[in-house]
Amino acid sequence: MKIEKIPEFKVLIDESKCIRCKICVNECSFGALRYDKKKNKIVSKDWLCVACLRCVAKCPTGAITITRNPISLSPHDYWTERVRRDIWIRAETGSPRLVSMGTNLNYPSIFDHLLLDACQVTNPPIDPLREPIELETYLGDRSISVHSEDPLGLMIEVPIIFGAMSYGSISLEAQKALAKAAKELGTLMNVGEGGLHPDLYPYGDNIIVQVASGRFGVHRDYLNAAAAVEIKIGQGAKPGIGGHLPGEKVTAEISAMRMIPEGTDALSPAPHHDIYSIEDLSQLVYAIKEATDYSKPVFVKIAAVHNVAYIASGIARSGADGIVIDGFRGGTGAAPQVIRDNLGIPIEIAIAVVDDKLREEGLRERVALIASGGIRNSGDVAKAIALGADAVAISTAALVAMGCTLCQHCYTGKCPWGIATQDPKLRARLNVDEAARRVVNLVKAWSTELKEILGALGLSSIEGLRGNREKLRGIGLDELTLKMLGVKPAGR
Amino acid sequence: MTVFEIDCRGLNFKAVNREIKKAAERGEKHLRLLNVNGQRYICGGLKGEVKVEIHGFPGNDLGIFMDGPMVEVYGNAGDGVGNTMNSGHIIVHGDVGDVVGYSMRGGRIYVRGNAGYRLGIHLKEYGEKKPIIVVGGEVGDFLGEYMAGGVVVVLRLESDGAIESRFIAAGIHGGRIFVRGRIDENRLGFGAAVSDLSEEDYGLLEELVRDFCRVMKCSSRGVSSEEFVKIIPVSKRPFEKLYHQTSIKVP
Ligand code: SF4
Ligand code: SF4
Repeated sequence: MKIEKIPEFKVLIDESKCIRCKICVNECSFGALRYDKKKNKIVSKDWLCVACLRCVAKCPTGAITITRNPISLSPHDYWTERVRRDIWIRAETGSPRLVSMGTNLNYPSIFDHLLLDACQVTNPPIDPLREPIELETYLGDRSISVHSEDPLGLMIEVPIIFGAMSYGSISLEAQKALAKAAKELGTLMNVGEGGLHPDLYPYGDNIIVQVASGRFGVHRDYLNAAAAVEIKIGQGAKPGIGGHLPGEKVTAEISAMRMIPEGTDALSPAPHHDIYSIEDLSQLVYAIKEATDYSKPVFVKIAAVHNVAYIASGIARSGADGIVIDGFRGGTGAAPQVIRDNLGIPIEIAIAVVDDKLREEGLRERVALIASGGIRNSGDVAKAIALGADAVAISTAALVAMGCTLCQHCYTGKCPWGIATQDPKLRARLNVDEAARRVVNLVKAWSTELKEILGALGLSSIEGLRGNREKLRGIGLDELTLKMLGVKPAGR
Repeated sequence: MTVFEIDCRGLNFKAVNREIKKAAERGEKHLRLLNVNGQRYICGGLKGEVKVEIHGFPGNDLGIFMDGPMVEVYGNAGDGVGNTMNSGHIIVHGDVGDVVGYSMRGGRIYVRGNAGYRLGIHLKEYGEKKPIIVVGGEVGDFLGEYMAGGVVVVLRLESDGAIESRFIAAGIHGGRIFVRGRIDENRLGFGAAVSDLSEEDYGLLEELVRDFCRVMKCSSRGVSSEEFVKIIPVSKRPFEKLYHQTSIKVP
């Protein structure tokens, strides 16, 4: 066995429980399980197992366990198993590795070093069961007078929208589930850069369409079908490099939507080839506004990078109505591993420095600020908003709600849960209504939690938390980071 | 047929486009824009069958997201002509700037003179929808970069010898480019290859040259289909081997 094939996981099947129904064999989309007639038992090719747990969930008798392969490489805390395996794979193939989802490296999380303040005695909290607490959020230019003919903003009922995931990277069923959920929740979903499937047009009022460098599926009616248009410059998982939909996922339907040959790799280059400056960006912003008769907000999405504050200031001056910033933990359907794991900055810092810069320049009210990239729970949502965001965008969390187990193999197109796949057999596994219900539930639960947080902070609306860093305290953060975040240390 | 004239002197792009849209909505079929001077996005997102004559110098992104109209420019045009256009025709009787026909999805662009960098990049194609760009003169570098479909023809009516553009068709994975004259292989970008012309190619070229010369009122004498070089993708999946896709997960 080649060294890089030494399995990372082991499939253990309890012979006494297994009834030889072979369900697991059909359920494993990675081809790790097989029924051996002669031995009358299920045998596994452990090196193909990605620990998606589909077989475990589907086994009627609970006979399957997936464990880490207990073999041990001689321990070394610097040349870790991960490092060694990464080298072996490259040594064998001569190519960079493609990976999926946000970085799985153990970078320190700033969210986990922030705490929210709470009221006691002198400043009474609010009881969300008794008093209304408002989560409605306005996305757009707040400096326009309410009497203006075309206030371009959008009102969403919760400060949470769904991040961009294209038709191609995820299945039509997953997109439909997000669209349904967005509609029910009174919020927005983003169809990413793969065009807008005809089935989604009825959800237009709850959809953001994207214009990315590959311009897949972009045309006049597409722009006009949505509630907002987003120009995608970059993505947190891969700042400075473009989109990549592996050919495995470019089926006949995807090829029709994107107008590219079937089976080809859909690459969107790093830059839009008509954008090399803020002036050029502004040109595209207004081209979109012209094509939509100034009826929709235009957002610009960028990855969080070191000079994000200056870029954001440029975007605010470009005529855009919103800035979407995606931190380095942001997910992806496919990205080169070295890029995903080493580029970009944390979303927490990005929000704070952008909010500061925009305030300093008197631009903050002109644009909405939407933060994404690693938002895991309502605590993260509250902290992101307190740091200065108007709303957050969630993607990975929404997929996990649908059933994704974060096996991180989206790029193979074999998603066993019917989410990140275009294979009709696998797609059929995702029940749109059920997936939508679970996503709605997640956001509803988070909303209730947000209200509880706001009540505890003595705030009656999410608006009161926006950029309210007085409500945050840091623990275990160095002085400079605290300063950059504009947050006091706990106890002060 | 009556021609509806719009004097664009002193109007900004918003006003010009508002006038155009109003006229088109009223059912005007033939518009003539006079004194155009750098206004951007002319006919941007305009839908329907209307003919628009442009006298003067239209600004960048002429016909961006356009869907159907027939636009004729009596003069030069800027960058981004026919950017992400869906259908229709754009005819320019002069030169054009950079990124002409970026991600065009259908329709035709004819340019009598020269074109700048990145002509016809990301051209798309599906089924009946096949964008076509014909340039009478020379083109800049990165011609047809990342092309996924469609047809680009560079006639080089006034030139002999080898084409000067560099990085031609880098990353091409669909569609075809025809260049009149010689092309040194070192001018080709990653994933591009020279190929023989098929019977269908010859037929298409003849039709396009004839139509181009009719529209531009120029002579096609001296242009023979034999002189064209065809550039296509080396494979439908030039980037397949760029990344290693493994199902071996690393902890
Ligand atoms: S890849 Fe998933 S379905 Fe297949 S054996 Fe492993 S855990 Fe089970
Ligand atoms: S979406 Fe599917 S393939 Fe991607 S990580 Fe989740 S379970 Fe795995």
